[in-house]
This record gives sequence, C-alpha cells and structure tokens, in this order.
Amino acid sequence: MEFLQYLSPATQFVLFSALKIFAVFGVVMTAVAYAVLVERKVSAWIQNRVGPNRTAPFFINYLPVIGPFLVRLGIFQPMADGLKFLLKEDFTPNYVRKVYFWIAPAITVIPALMTVAVIPFGSTLGTEKMVIADLNVGILYTFGIVSLGVYGIVLAGYGSNSKYPFLGSIRSSAQMISYEIAMGMSVIPIFLLAGSLNLGDIIRYQAEHGWMILKQPVAFVIFLIAAFAETNRLPFDLPESESELVGGYHTEYSSMKFALFFLGEYANMIASSAMMVTLFCGGWTLPFVTALSTPSSSILIGLLHIGVFFAKMALFMILFIWVRWMLPRFRYDQLMDIGWRRFIPAALINIVVTALVVAFLHD
Amino acid sequence: MVFFKYSLQDPKLHLPQAGYEAKVKKMDSQLNQYLPVLMLLLVTSGFAVSTLIISVAAGKLGRRTKTKDIPYECGMLPEGEGNSRMSVKFYLVALLFVLFDIEVVFMYPWAVTYKKLLETDATLALGGMLSFMFILLVGYVYALKKRAFDWKS
Repeated sequence: MEFLQYLSPATQFVLFSALKIFAVFGVVMTAVAYAVLVERKVSAWIQNRVGPNRTAPFFINYLPVIGPFLVRLGIFQPMADGLKFLLKEDFTPNYVRKVYFWIAPAITVIPALMTVAVIPFGSTLGTEKMVIADLNVGILYTFGIVSLGVYGIVLAGYGSNSKYPFLGSIRSSAQMISYEIAMGMSVIPIFLLAGSLNLGDIIRYQAEHGWMILKQPVAFVIFLIAAFAETNRLPFDLPESESELVGGYHTEYSSMKFALFFLGEYANMIASSAMMVTLFCGGWTLPFVTALSTPSSSILIGLLHIGVFFAKMALFMILFIWVRWMLPRFRYDQLMDIGWRRFIPAALINIVVTALVVAFLHD
Repeated sequence: MVFFKYSLQDPKLHLPQAGYEAKVKKMDSQLNQYLPVLMLLLVTSGFAVSTLIISVAAGKLGRRTKTKDIPYECGMLPEGEGNSRMSVKFYLVALLFVLFDIEVVFMYPWAVTYKKLLETDATLALGGMLSFMFILLVGYVYALKKRAFDWKS
C-alpha cells in the first residue's frame, strides 16, 4: 500500500471509487443470483416441494460429503441459469418496434443497479467511507433514479407492439407512479427528525436517538407496502400477473433480454431492502453495543459493520420472498384505492403530526 | 480533490469578486461527489450493453419461422392493433401524479431545514407548510369528490 501515497488525491479518489463500485456491483450481482435461488427454495418449502436440487458441475464427484450437500441446496443452480440465459436463442420478432424493444431491458436494469450508489453499506474501512457516492442530496437521488425504472417498463410494453405487454406496462406505470407519491411522502417525517437528506446523517441520528421504525411506525408501514408496489412484487404484481397477462410487459422477450428484466426486478428488491435498512432500521449500527454503532478505524469492526448491514438486508429480502408466496394478488381498483385514498392521506397526517410534535418538543 | 483546478490556476482568468475562488472550490467539491455516480453509470450501462451483445453472439441460432413472428396471445390469432386504446383513467393518474409529486418535492427542502427554521421563526416554519398542505388537501378532496380515484365503475 506504499505506492498509494505517491498518487495524487484525485487519482486515489478515482481508484477507491472504482474499487468500491466493482465490489458493490459484484456483490449485488451475486445477491441477485442467489436471491432467485432463495426464492425458489423458499417457495418450494412453503408449497411442500423440494426446489432445485440436482444441478451439479463435473467436479462435484471429487468432493465426498460436502459436494452432494451443496448440490441438494442448489448452490450451482444460479450459474447454470445464467449460462442458459446467455445461450438461449435471442429472438427479435418482426412486428416489434426494434429500437425500443432493444433498449427497454437496458433502461430497466441500469436504474435498478444505480440506486445502490448512495447507500452506506458499512461505516468505514480504514479511512475510506463505505458508500459509493456520499451525496448530500442522498435519498433524493435514489427517488429520482428509481422513477426512471418506469421508462423501461413503458418502453417494453410499447416496443413489443402486442396486447399483453401493452396492458402490463400501462398497469405497471400507473401503479408505480401512484405509489411513488405515497413513498415520497412517507419518508418526509424522517427528514423532519434527522434534518438531513444524507443517508449517513440519518444513520448517525438513529444511532444516537433510536431506530426510526420505533419512532415512525406509520411511515415504515407505508414505505414497506409502497416498496412492494414499486418492485412489482406479489400483492401488487398486476403488471405481470401470470394468470391474466401471461408475463405482462416481458411476454415477448427471450434470452438475455428477459434475464435483464428479471435482474432489474431483483436488484430493485435489494435496493429497497437496503433503503429500508438505512432509513428505518439503523443501517450498519446495532443498538446497545458501542463498538457496533460508531465508526471505527479498525478493519475488523469495519467488516463487522458491513456484515450487520447485509444481515439486516437479507432479513428484508426474505420478507419480500415470504410475502410473495403467502398473499394473493389485489384487484386493480383495490390497488388504486390503497395507494390514493388510504396511503396519501395517512402519509400527510403523519407529516403534520410529526411536524407538530417536533415543534412542541423543540422549545 | 479538485478536478477542475486548471480554471483556477489560469493566470489569464479574471477573478471578479473576493471569495470567488472559495466559491468555485466548493462547487467543485459538490460536483466531485457525482464522479462515482458517473463511473457507476458507465459500469452498469457497459454491463447491460455487453450482456445484450454477448447474448446475440453466443445465443443459439434459431430459424425464423412464421409462427414465431406472431404476437403471443395464448394460441389465439391476434386481431387488431398491437397497442390498443386504453382507459382515459390512466391519463388522469398520470396528471394527478405530476401534481402531487411536485408538491412532495416542495416538502423535501422544508423538512430538511425544519428544525433550523423553528429556532428563527416557528410560526412561519409550521404555519407556512400547514397552509401549503391545506391548499394541497383542497385539490385532493376535489379529485376525490370527482371520483378520480374510483376505478370500480
């Protein structure tokens, strides 16, 4: 690490940023792949099935006990899936609008992967802050980028030039923008309390004053349910409701283009889990343990903080998966009713009440 | 970590006000925050584009048959346009979204500076936003009474 001192601060900044980006990118990709596996395994357990249990690479025969066990867990399934996605026929039907049809998967996956940029996934490692971009607008960036995800879905539906994808994408865009308002309003009480948009500051506030989930339970519930709607997960999966629209906006897609939609959905899930952890559950901190709730220069504790963050995130991911296999789908009028007539007034009242409480307790 | 320092070192550059340099420096650091975001954008778009290309290159070469070129409608032969007309309700949702989302954006800066505002002028901080929200509520109740959120019909 000697040579680092000879580099200019600007070069160091770029170098460390690149390192963090590649690390986070790799972790998110692996997490997406294994989230799919966990989803399949959990659904299998809930429905009293076995799940993927036989994908085995050739070298597994040389591992005596552990090999078959890993195969039974389906550890190699994501790799096989990824390879299959690459090798399948990439078919572009001749009735589609080619340009939109091609860029829609890319536009879906890019914002989904970019939302993680502002999330602090740990305190510090050495002197380096464990966040890709420590923006002072923090969460505003995330909301801005998340909104871009609608474009991918709209373009996929429009570009497919087919009825099911079109219906799916129209439904999806109306649903996503409806719940975006409730989501955006639900987090305002947090900024009233923390006084900053920067996610690092919000975590610091929670370490000092207790988690937001205890102070703002209403905001948490609204945010959680809106996150389900934003990621098109099951109680709100009308955009791709299999039983009526086949696959919704990605009906006409095959091969890697389909995989990118899938990847985008799971990356969105990961991003919203991470958002919930940072906004409501204290981020990388744990209460009652001083070493775990303050940044430290020790590498070991820095790694521990990252571990705490990922453990919390995994819990939310499992909640996402669990809910999918437990609840039936809403009707469209129910969905709109919840979004516009229940959540928006509830979030507004929550803002007013929080503002009043802060005003009266402040003096 | 100033990336745009050359504009400061240029001797020909005329610096009009005192404190201009500090201002530029501060702006630089604000912009520098976004450099990793730009890098992430490059990485993610590179990933998306390269997977699309690899999939075409490595994917199985299939024959283009007549049936493959029919839009999928569960085996029925498709009739009419691909993009059929849609309910006007969706346009209504889009318009209402624009209205309410802008109002949400107005609340963000208020929420961030709320505690500081309370120290200087509490009635303005609270009363101002309450009156704003009241106006928002009038519009909301109007939309509600006009059955804009009613999808049952």
